[in-house]
Amino acid sequence: MIPLKINGKEHAVDVDPTTPLLWVIRDYVGLTGTKFGCGIAQCGACTVHLNGSPIRSCVTPVQVAAEQEITTIEGLGDAQQGLHPLQQAWIDEQVPQCGYCQSGQIMSAAALLETNTSPSDADIDRAMAGIVCRCGTYPRIRKGIKRAAIALKTEPASGG
Amino acid sequence: MGKWSRRAFITTGIAAGGVVVFGVAIRRGDRSGIVGDLIADPGDAIFDIWLKISPDNTVTAIVPHAEMGQGVHTTLAMMLADELDADWARLEVVEAPSDKEFANYALARGYAAGDVDFPAWLIDTVDGFFFRATQAMGLQITGGSTSVRTTGQFAMRVTGAAARSALLHAAADEWQVPVEELGARDSVISHAASQRTATYASFAAAAARLRLPAKPRLKSAEQFRIMGTSPQRGDIPAKVDGSAMFGIDTRLPGMKYAAVKASPVFGGTVRSYDAASVQDLPGVRKVIDLDAAVAVVADGYWQAKRALDQLPIEFDDAGNAGWEQGDIFKQFAQDLDASASAGDEETDLETGDATAVLAAAEHVLEAEYRVPFLAHATMEPMNCTAWVHDDECELWLGTQNPLGFAKDAAEAIDFDADKVTVHNQYLGGGFGRRAFSDVAVQAARVAAEVPYPVKLVWSREEDTRHDHYRQASISRFRGGLDAAGNTLAWHNHYVNKYDPEEAPHIPYAIDNQRIVYTVSKTHVPWGFWRSVDHSLHAFFTESFIDELAVAAGRDPYEYRRELLMNQPRFLAVLDLAATKAGWGEALPENIGRGISIHRSFGTIVAEVVDVEVVDGEVSVQRVVCAVDAGFAMHPDGMAAQMESGIAYGMTAALYGEISIRRGAVAQSNFHDYPMLRIDKAPVVETHIINSGESLGGAGEPGTPPIAPALTNAIYDATGIRIRELPIRLHDLGKPNRRETDVA
Repeated sequence: MIPLKINGKEHAVDVDPTTPLLWVIRDYVGLTGTKFGCGIAQCGACTVHLNGSPIRSCVTPVQVAAEQEITTIEGLGDAQQGLHPLQQAWIDEQVPQCGYCQSGQIMSAAALLETNTSPSDADIDRAMAGIVCRCGTYPRIRKGIKRAAIALKTEPASGG
Repeated sequence: MGKWSRRAFITTGIAAGGVVVFGVAIRRGDRSGIVGDLIADPGDAIFDIWLKISPDNTVTAIVPHAEMGQGVHTTLAMMLADELDADWARLEVVEAPSDKEFANYALARGYAAGDVDFPAWLIDTVDGFFFRATQAMGLQITGGSTSVRTTGQFAMRVTGAAARSALLHAAADEWQVPVEELGARDSVISHAASQRTATYASFAAAAARLRLPAKPRLKSAEQFRIMGTSPQRGDIPAKVDGSAMFGIDTRLPGMKYAAVKASPVFGGTVRSYDAASVQDLPGVRKVIDLDAAVAVVADGYWQAKRALDQLPIEFDDAGNAGWEQGDIFKQFAQDLDASASAGDEETDLETGDATAVLAAAEHVLEAEYRVPFLAHATMEPMNCTAWVHDDECELWLGTQNPLGFAKDAAEAIDFDADKVTVHNQYLGGGFGRRAFSDVAVQAARVAAEVPYPVKLVWSREEDTRHDHYRQASISRFRGGLDAAGNTLAWHNHYVNKYDPEEAPHIPYAIDNQRIVYTVSKTHVPWGFWRSVDHSLHAFFTESFIDELAVAAGRDPYEYRRELLMNQPRFLAVLDLAATKAGWGEALPENIGRGISIHRSFGTIVAEVVDVEVVDGEVSVQRVVCAVDAGFAMHPDGMAAQMESGIAYGMTAALYGEISIRRGAVAQSNFHDYPMLRIDKAPVVETHIINSGESLGGAGEPGTPPIAPALTNAIYDATGIRIRELPIRLHDLGKPNRRETDVA
């Protein structure tokens, strides 16, 4: 049994310790907001936070994440517990189209805003270039991040 | 706006009690199939299946199209709500379940009326047993940029207007006042003289007993309250917190997982494999031969995938293993040569006498262009969850053609199609790929051999190597100019024609045109790829017209204008894009500007690209887009679709190349089939013209113009004319080849 702490909740999973964290989160824990896109850390759809830092869960063996803080999109916020400013900004800017990559986009953006409260276009490009969107929502992602950055300054410490 | 199963719908109907359903497609009294279930409660009244009014005055729009990010659920609901004068704030949307009663009659009517060209990918569905006796009836597809202009125009608006009329007549009867004195707004009927108001719901049952007008009066654009505005899309909140359910997110009790590997060489089949070698690996349940592929079923997906990776499989290559990409282009060129000398080309379009005029022209310009095969690379890899139980088969996935998938899966496992139910989920990208049922057929076959539900997921490698590909092609041009630089003749000969028919046509006033093609088949499976044949022909024709402009010594924008003088719609779109982009202004060093215009799916789009080329590195700075789709029902959605179509086409233009090596696809994942990323994504400005002409599509027309606008801009910056995509194959570091590169 491997002990996991996901979105503040304890889990124990009986899997091969080399199983990628992605499949444990999706198939064993049942949180399907984190997506499979490529399996080789090229597209970022599987991005989650490990101790606050963005990682590609599709190439991270589950044993690496044991007993550490894992945050998925479900833990970032929702309509009940309150949306993270990025999630609200994504709605306000009407960012998603198909929506499949957006968990990864939002988790990457959340990590960026943790360390940079006023990211420039260049900062955003650098931090977000690992997350592929086939619907071409990139211009709206830039706007969404800037809008959320402003919201975070006026209403600090909300969300995860 | 959750997805919605037949069971959930029936429950809602009974629980709500007195729910009234409106529409035009189903006859009253038809109690067959699901319609019968819907009116099982004698208190329910039913006209059709496009809208429901509940006792609490909530209006529900029932949309027979898949949501893949194009906003169709929202836009179609807007069209219905506006004609109904419904309360938008209290409007709900559900996707119709995949039953033939919910099929897309409006789409069929659009085709029957000649308003929309019939996409070839539907023919199999149309010819299928669902509709054998009828014409193009019974579709429930999403594609061809058709939803708004067919279902929206012919079903949603008509039903909304008809229901509004029936509600008003029911109120007039009840209140004993002339119907003309009644007003309707936000799902409430009012009579000013007597100061009475009442909800739609209070008249719904009475209205359902009235005969609906066959041709209700629709609003004119000045009367629109919701159409033409941009309310927030209903599918977005679930897409920011991980709760949106895509096909791959399906979870069922007792579900197992399957990984699959098909013959790398197209046409190949499984010769042998050693199931015993993986049978004892953790979690492995079963190894299944699918003729052209092998599936491993296990308790977890990772277990299935790992076992499959270790499974030795030998494939027969069907004699196709000798094909290399170069051979395919060589075959295309030889077939073009042969049919040109034999004079047996297929004719697309012939006006005037291009051959004779070219023979006599002062100056003849020739050019040959090439494009490669392309994969769709939807972010959600192909997947399908299937469960065969109690002589039924249920499928969960995202599809652009649920009825076609049900038919194909039924045939594969020898079921009646009525025994196959497709539960359509959000699509993690469609782009035409999810019109092909291969993964659903695989999943149904696997499920037919096991007593539990199975989720079958393709790896990205499988997805890249077993797509249905945008065709590779060669297109040759000859243009004839007189001494003054006027264009007299246009001759175009290309390989392989699919759909739509008019994709190679040009809007320009050139009197002598000969557009012909030659069929040159390959073993690579073909598929609909966002904008289909337009994606290549816009690159070909809009590049060559640019070359003619250069040869004539004219500005590419002005040259196009001259040839569009009798095409006012095209001219307005071209002018808008050029003006907004600041065409004609001096540009900084290393910046080039290119323009293109193309009509597809009834919509005209012009794009102007600013590109910077430094040391051979291409950086797209800005794209200005002008679009005339007749009327933009949801302007922000229209802009989003232009942004999306441009990014999709730009990805292909810059990087996209699927090549064949030893009969199989050489690429496998995003490292060798790269995607546009945010650091290379330009600013996109969209400007909309509401011309009031027939409605066009939005999902695809943004894609065709971007490749030629970009390569024309690169020519402007460097003097290098790119005649073969993708752009990354070219060395753009050689400065100023402008003089030498012109043919």
